[in-house]
Amino acid sequence: MGSETPPFFKRGPSPLSRFLLFSALSFALLAGDARFGYMTSVRQILGIVLYPLQQAALAPLLAWDRITGFFVTQAGLQRENARLKEENLAQAALQLDYAALAEENAHLRRLAEARQRYRHPTALAEILYAGRNPFNRRVVIDKGSRHGLEPGQPVADDKGLVGQVTRVLPWVAEVTLITDKEQAVPVQVARSGARGIVFGAGRDDTLDLPFTPISTDIRTGDTLVTSGIDGVYPPGLPVATVSNVERNAAYAFAKITCIPSAGVNRHTQLLVLTGKPERPPVPADSAETPAKRKKN
Amino acid sequence: MQQRVAPRQEILRPAGWGVVYFSLAAALAINLLPWQGTALLLRPDFVALAVLYWCVYQPRSIGFGMAWGLGLLMDAADGALLGQHALAYGAITFAGMILQRRILMFGMGQQMLHALPVLLGGQGIVLLVALASDGTFPGWGWFSGSFIGAALWPPLVAILRMPQRPRRDPDQA
Repeated sequence: MGSETPPFFKRGPSPLSRFLLFSALSFALLAGDARFGYMTSVRQILGIVLYPLQQAALAPLLAWDRITGFFVTQAGLQRENARLKEENLAQAALQLDYAALAEENAHLRRLAEARQRYRHPTALAEILYAGRNPFNRRVVIDKGSRHGLEPGQPVADDKGLVGQVTRVLPWVAEVTLITDKEQAVPVQVARSGARGIVFGAGRDDTLDLPFTPISTDIRTGDTLVTSGIDGVYPPGLPVATVSNVERNAAYAFAKITCIPSAGVNRHTQLLVLTGKPERPPVPADSAETPAKRKKN
Repeated sequence: MQQRVAPRQEILRPAGWGVVYFSLAAALAINLLPWQGTALLLRPDFVALAVLYWCVYQPRSIGFGMAWGLGLLMDAADGALLGQHALAYGAITFAGMILQRRILMFGMGQQMLHALPVLLGGQGIVLLVALASDGTFPGWGWFSGSFIGAALWPPLVAILRMPQRPRRDPDQA
């Protein structure tokens, strides 16, 4: 075992060749994972191996939470209770309005023979921990494929869209936040109806709305909601508020930054919209129509 | 020919497999703690440190396969691309094997100076892979983990050597 052992025995290939072999293996894995997505099952197995270790690592933190939760002061509880009562009253009033409006809306839609707005079944999930990977913005939640989660499902909180489920393991799932650089959300300006696609900036509390022509009707303070035309996000979920619009005549596009409506990294409870949104069937001859028109 | 005498060397019992595996599992568990924000930025990679320690202090106890497997587990836990940490830990193992005899010649201060570039190299590989795929640059502060890791080298060595110390009185043990 000692370091001074002379090489009496055959030790196999040299460190350099072993290093090159394992590096090649790593690169093969990286390529398989990044380009072809072959590694889902490998990841599932590794996730199951890691699960007990992760639970063990989380245990002291949960215990601490429980202990501090036990010693919450009564004053704090009373304050929270009063605030909740106040909010409840305000919301009861809104609820009355809402019921009337919903009735009216349903009636109008029936009249217009419009598609009934799809109501999503939801699942409440708790954030286990924020992703430890500093290169992207993800959180891990405590619901997985056993609870009916699937990749692609939108995740929201009480104020708006938080992100999208991107990877599902049996008991946990990974949610990519809308602030992630790779995350795009099709949106609509609630005031003017102008459409666009919001991208994460890779930083906290910042979203970009690139490729918006400078003539677009959009102002600071506008609310962006999901447009729903992608078939992934239900329409009308608040996404962000426009915080800055910079129009420069030298460029074709305006530089627009927004602040996410949801507390993208301030929450512990999230709502996963588990239902599949109904999508109208794609017209079969949609590709041919423009060609026909050209001929005429 | 005068031989260089290493400063205050103890004769240590070799660490058993149990100790090696337990230390690696413990390092992995520490890495898996829900680190967030600044703590996450400052967190040294304990698995990398443990791998480097065993490569240097007991070279036959850990091989490429082990380091690589640990890297895969780290990748799965981080939700990173599979192979990112595996590549880095493989490089750290290689560096540890090459530098092993050299590092042991030095005292603690200089050992830290050897550990630092190895850890930085590992982080550099992770960063390059992440940037090449789809990541955002987390800022130069991210490399502070390696500096803190190198600073933790002496206490880590002291802790991991504990089970290897000879018993006070071998006759009574």
